[in-house]
Amino acid sequence: MHADLILFWVFAPLSIASGIAMLLMRNAVHAALFLIVNFFCLAIFYLILGAPFLFAVQIIVYAGAIMVLFLFVIMLLGVDGREDLRERRLTAQRPLAIALGVAFVLEVFFAVRASIGFSRYAPAGFDKVNEGGNTRALARVLFHKYFFPFEVTSILLIIAAIAVMVLAQRKARAVTQAEMEAHNAALEPAGPRPVA
Amino acid sequence: MSTPISYFLVLSSILFAIGTVGVLVRKNALVIFMSVELQLNAVNLTLVAFSRMHNSLDGQVIAFFSMVVAAAEVVVGLAIIVSVYRRIRSINVDDAEALRG
Repeated sequence: MHADLILFWVFAPLSIASGIAMLLMRNAVHAALFLIVNFFCLAIFYLILGAPFLFAVQIIVYAGAIMVLFLFVIMLLGVDGREDLRERRLTAQRPLAIALGVAFVLEVFFAVRASIGFSRYAPAGFDKVNEGGNTRALARVLFHKYFFPFEVTSILLIIAAIAVMVLAQRKARAVTQAEMEAHNAALEPAGPRPVA
Repeated sequence: MSTPISYFLVLSSILFAIGTVGVLVRKNALVIFMSVELQLNAVNLTLVAFSRMHNSLDGQVIAFFSMVVAAAEVVVGLAIIVSVYRRIRSINVDDAEALRG
């Protein structure tokens, strides 16, 4: 048994278990932590598949930046442990969803069995594709064949940053009389109190 | 490498299905969003596995792009969740049922 097969059988159950645990957690913070475990498992799979650059990016961008953003928003909105799971619109939404998920897995299973089969191994010669290191090889492809899409993603990121600023700003609204009075009362110097 | 490529494909389909069930079942907008992330990651795993199978780096580059798009999507989506929370004081998706703002 080779090392990569052992790694696969260690981390595949772990990734599925952490995904299901994320699904079952009532508390959003716990769900986020299980998702981080899942992302780490996926990073290991990238390593097995000969993509060490994506392994690093997965940990830095997903487990680092994106999940910190999630936890930050959870902190901002407050944790509500009592998630209301009543089905108000569709009855039997949950069993239908689970049936759909199982059907999808079976579909892919049979499609894979019919097309590439379960004994097809990766061809040799990936070292030659990764010549000079995975990062260098990836850069060669990215900056030649995919240069235009790469530039477009920079525009996308700028648009996202502007969109967030537009979405997150609070609209200025008229101050009500009551708020004004409360504000003035708070500013009033605490002088000598009138004797009651 | 002695792991068949199809193992990764089936594993990613299982992860994608878990994400789908999460989107359909959960009511907390943040957890729904995390499930979407799980789906995106499952597809990334498929891309990298196929890249290995075809001895080509194109799949890895596409997975890289998908990560960039996912980062932008998370930022915008979380901003939308925050602004919805400001208005209706809840992140339960069933509470946001009125179309008017």
